Amino acid sequence: MNKFFQRWTVFAGLVAVWQLLGWLADDPFFPPPSEIVTAAWQWWVVDPRNFTEHVIPSITRLLSGWAIASVIGVALGLLLGRSDRAMEYAGPLLVFLRSIPPPALVPVFLLLFKAGQSMQVATIVFGVIWPVLLNSVDGARSVDVTKVDTSAVFRIPRWQWVLGVVLPAASPKIFAGLRVSLSLSLVLMVISELVGTDNGIGSQLMQAQREFDYTRMWAGIVLLGVLGYGLNTALLAVERRALAWQPRSRDEQHA
Amino acid sequence: MRAFTRGLIGIAGFLALWELLGRSPLIPAHALPPPSVVFGELVTQLTSPAFISHVVATVLAVLIAIAIAIAIAVPSGLVLGSVPAVRHATRAIIEFLRPIPSVALIPLALVMLGFGPETKITLAVYAALWPILFNTIYALDELDPLLVETARVFGTRRVGVLFRVALPSALPFVLTGIRLAATTALIVMVSVELMAGSQVGLGYFIMEARSGPGRMDQVLVGTVVAGAIGVLLNNGLERVRRRWVAW
Amino acid sequence: MSNMLEVADLGHTYGDYEAIGGLTFTVRAGELVCVVGPSGCGKSTLLRTISGLIAPSRGDVSLKGSHLAVVFQDYSRSLFPWLSVQGNVEFPLRGLPRAERRARAAEALEWVGLGAAARKRPWQLSGGMQQRVAIARALAYRPSLLLMDEPFASVDAQTRFELEDLLLRVRREHDTTVLVVTHDIDESVYLGDRILVLSGSPARLVADLEVPLPAERDQVTTRTDEAFVALRSKVARLLNVGGKPAMDVEKWAAAERESLSETVST
Repeated sequence: MNKFFQRWTVFAGLVAVWQLLGWLADDPFFPPPSEIVTAAWQWWVVDPRNFTEHVIPSITRLLSGWAIASVIGVALGLLLGRSDRAMEYAGPLLVFLRSIPPPALVPVFLLLFKAGQSMQVATIVFGVIWPVLLNSVDGARSVDVTKVDTSAVFRIPRWQWVLGVVLPAASPKIFAGLRVSLSLSLVLMVISELVGTDNGIGSQLMQAQREFDYTRMWAGIVLLGVLGYGLNTALLAVERRALAWQPRSRDEQHA
Repeated sequence: MRAFTRGLIGIAGFLALWELLGRSPLIPAHALPPPSVVFGELVTQLTSPAFISHVVATVLAVLIAIAIAIAIAVPSGLVLGSVPAVRHATRAIIEFLRPIPSVALIPLALVMLGFGPETKITLAVYAALWPILFNTIYALDELDPLLVETARVFGTRRVGVLFRVALPSALPFVLTGIRLAATTALIVMVSVELMAGSQVGLGYFIMEARSGPGRMDQVLVGTVVAGAIGVLLNNGLERVRRRWVAW
Repeated sequence: MSNMLEVADLGHTYGDYEAIGGLTFTVRAGELVCVVGPSGCGKSTLLRTISGLIAPSRGDVSLKGSHLAVVFQDYSRSLFPWLSVQGNVEFPLRGLPRAERRARAAEALEWVGLGAAARKRPWQLSGGMQQRVAIARALAYRPSLLLMDEPFASVDAQTRFELEDLLLRVRREHDTTVLVVTHDIDESVYLGDRILVLSGSPARLVADLEVPLPAERDQVTTRTDEAFVALRSKVARLLNVGGKPAMDVEKWAAAERESLSETVST
């Protein structure tokens, strides 16, 4: 409790300093936090049109892209992870595909899917599938030999082997991958909205900049920060519940 | 060696599929040129000085960004990882800053820093900071207390423990962080070049090829080269880690 | 003979829990003293207070000379994986000229029979060899007192005998003063010139026994020696495990090892 208090005090102190400097400097690039928060509230929450036209579609894209990538990534990852042979065939290709900056493919997706929702979702899926896929491969490989032997002795059916043994054993790694992917989804959502669309948080951000409305621009940045924080916290809560059986799960790791 | 051959077969299979798709009537020809066309263009571009200078500009900017990110994140990580009070105090700030996607800062960076290389380098540094910072902190958490005690028993003082025990033991984690950061920095770099102007770089090349003549083959050449740079960075750093910190 | 280590009324409490309750003993120069005690009796705390890793709640520890070396049970965790074997042995010698560091490390590695492994990394060696590196590191430091915390508890029985004989040999050759903390009654009798028997928590001194065995010892003949067997039974009775089958002693030893790893990680 004390630590909680301490860290928010420092945070509040920093915001206060910014507020003070913002007032004193009166710099158009750096409006004081009070103005930003007011603008964010007015723009994103109070105005129902902005909320339904920009915030909701953005979150829908983000979540559907992430969900599709997660399902494909986990399924493919578990398959590849249980076969060394398959991984030998696919490994170098995966390494290469993962290294491609997803925004570079935006032009291709634009032509393949036309501008709009499906192109944006495709960009997100391509960009965020790799952490899930590669972590699932790792996870599926980490099923220990004793569990493999135990399952073989009891002759459990195939589906039970995958869902009851491999998936739980791989789940800590899978969750780590899901978290990285979720924060990447936010990045790719913004990127996909910067071109070829006029709705979504990303496009609003760009538009605010073009109109020299810096307070609104900051409001967009703050909204994205809050969104990222909220999504990560929500996923962590799910993870904690899903991995409660684990002796010890780590919160912060190489993300 | 067998594994290597299989890997090649995997890639060849992917290319064959792409070739088929590219030539099939299902997909508009200009949207997805087949690899045979793309590789022809790749050869042409690789001999063009203009293209090479784009590649050099991007790679150089990525390297600078990584160097700056290391210079900021490793010392900060050491402080945050070894002084719990600082870590708790700054936790809220870090948790708030981290989820802000670097691309969301593009507009801000543009108005503040303009269209020069400063913008893309700054944004890439911002994105590359986090993996290095968190891996350094994490490494210090994992520092074996017995190693510290061993050093202390033999009369090593606090500063000595930091440099002779904590730092070397953190090195493998830090290098993993740097490897992740390098890939991230490359992606952000190309994205910023692609979206926010800058007059050189691989991203700029891709954008120009798309918006001007709509040369999808050139777009894909840029993409493939960007991917290749990513593979090289990733594998190179992995090799460095294996070679120098093999424990 | 002068006293190398003097411990006077040493006590330590963690919160409400009293781990050590007033220990007084001395270790003379050139002596090898073994400390045995039941599970969780605070042997580890004793070692940590003597080595200065924690400040005792009360009492005094005075060491003649400033150099003190420790060999921990967990060799794999106490050797620095990023240094070579040679580098590990040189670690405590910082401040000496490079050439002398080299020479001392090479010499110490010779003593433990690892002269050929100097360039290897510790993790490339077997467990017994790693513990020999830790011993060489301690010896190279030329300590006025060598503390050993369950030094041979994590190696197999065969290696353990070898390491026990190695310890007896090098300390005889170099006149090192040694304090070994162990849960193993046989080992304490086999190694020690003297045995300090501790009671359960809080640890108090139950007995201070001289070992009536010749300096030259041998794994086969010494262990069947009447004096050895008699002393072993005596220590076992003092520890209240005598008369029970050997199986129990093993269990008790395992529990002891577990409690030790707990204290280290806290």
